[in-house]
Amino acid sequence: MSLVFAGVCSHAPGITGRAHLADPAVKDEFHAQFHRFGEAMRATKPDAVIVIAAEHFANFFMNNMPAYAIGMADRYEGPIEDPKWLGIEARTIPGDAALSQRLIREVMQTVDVAYAEEWKFDHGIMVPLNFLTPNFDTKVIPVNINCQGPPLTPLHRAWAFGEALRRACDKAPERIALVGTGGISHWPATPDSGKVNAEWDAEFMRRWCANDREALLSQVDYNDEATYREAGQGGFEIRTFLSVAAAARGKGEIFHMKAIPIFAVTCTAAVMSVA
Amino acid sequence: MSLYAMQKFLFALNRDAEVQRRFAEGGDTRTALLAGYDLNDEEREAIGTGDIGKLYVLGCNGQLLMHFAPLLGIAWADYLEAMREGVRKYGPVRAGIYAMTTGTDEKVAGV
Repeated sequence: MSLVFAGVCSHAPGITGRAHLADPAVKDEFHAQFHRFGEAMRATKPDAVIVIAAEHFANFFMNNMPAYAIGMADRYEGPIEDPKWLGIEARTIPGDAALSQRLIREVMQTVDVAYAEEWKFDHGIMVPLNFLTPNFDTKVIPVNINCQGPPLTPLHRAWAFGEALRRACDKAPERIALVGTGGISHWPATPDSGKVNAEWDAEFMRRWCANDREALLSQVDYNDEATYREAGQGGFEIRTFLSVAAAARGKGEIFHMKAIPIFAVTCTAAVMSVA
Repeated sequence: MSLYAMQKFLFALNRDAEVQRRFAEGGDTRTALLAGYDLNDEEREAIGTGDIGKLYVLGCNGQLLMHFAPLLGIAWADYLEAMREGVRKYGPVRAGIYAMTTGTDEKVAGV
């Protein structure tokens, strides 16, 4: 078994880019828990970290949108956004093309995944890495689930993708960490930015922590129409959380789950045991 | 396909330094740049004048629009207000998945 860490976290650009606009005490508490989340990951001494993000048209556009894509390069660049706007300076991030290729070959046994030998990281990966690997010195395998341009992959397929990633990790001798980024309820980049649905978030994370597959894949609660209505278009990113739960198979523990309006999201960091 | 063309332009602008240069140069260079996209007059004008509110109402994906604002030198609070102003002037969002669900006088982000 080579999956050594699993977790989920927020990736909103405001977390770093608008940190100076938040109540310092509230921001400091979240950043401290986000750093603790990173320390927990680094304590497992991963050779590489797979970051499942919901990227935001940094690499893929609607002329050819893969439901799933995995990076397959030895180095990546980021952030694609203005570094001053994001609060993270531009840099090169190490990858592992050979490991990526092995993972992709195994995932392809059950899920049709696109590969990409070029990948520019946007805030979906850069903001988490800022806390996970502050020196940006751990190899990253970027993964995207399309959560931006409908039609979106069905939830049960996001689950199957997580299972496929787990099988792929189990076949690799490397120690691999897995982090899903995005969600939970939010209305980013709209005038509603800052709004969240705290009850919806709490219930979703309760189900996530319990790793309750049936509840997480509820077609009543989390179909696209219901998610959009209750949790905004940002809620579509729960797909990354589902994949992590499917891969980890364990139980979750929340480090932080509190809305910070200027960051436009319920700021979340949670780990899950690998079972 | 106009909404698609607008979004494709914003996609190119967000990630391509040469597109940014041609847009920033303005004048005939900007006109020629925009002529490469299948836009109607309303859309071309909204892009050309940096009318964030109009682009939001026309349905541009917020993850694309969000980056146009700092490129124009618009701060976060002003970006949010520009979208609210767009809804006041032009009515509700007409397409896409980035509809507004709060009032134009609400500031849920605190700014």
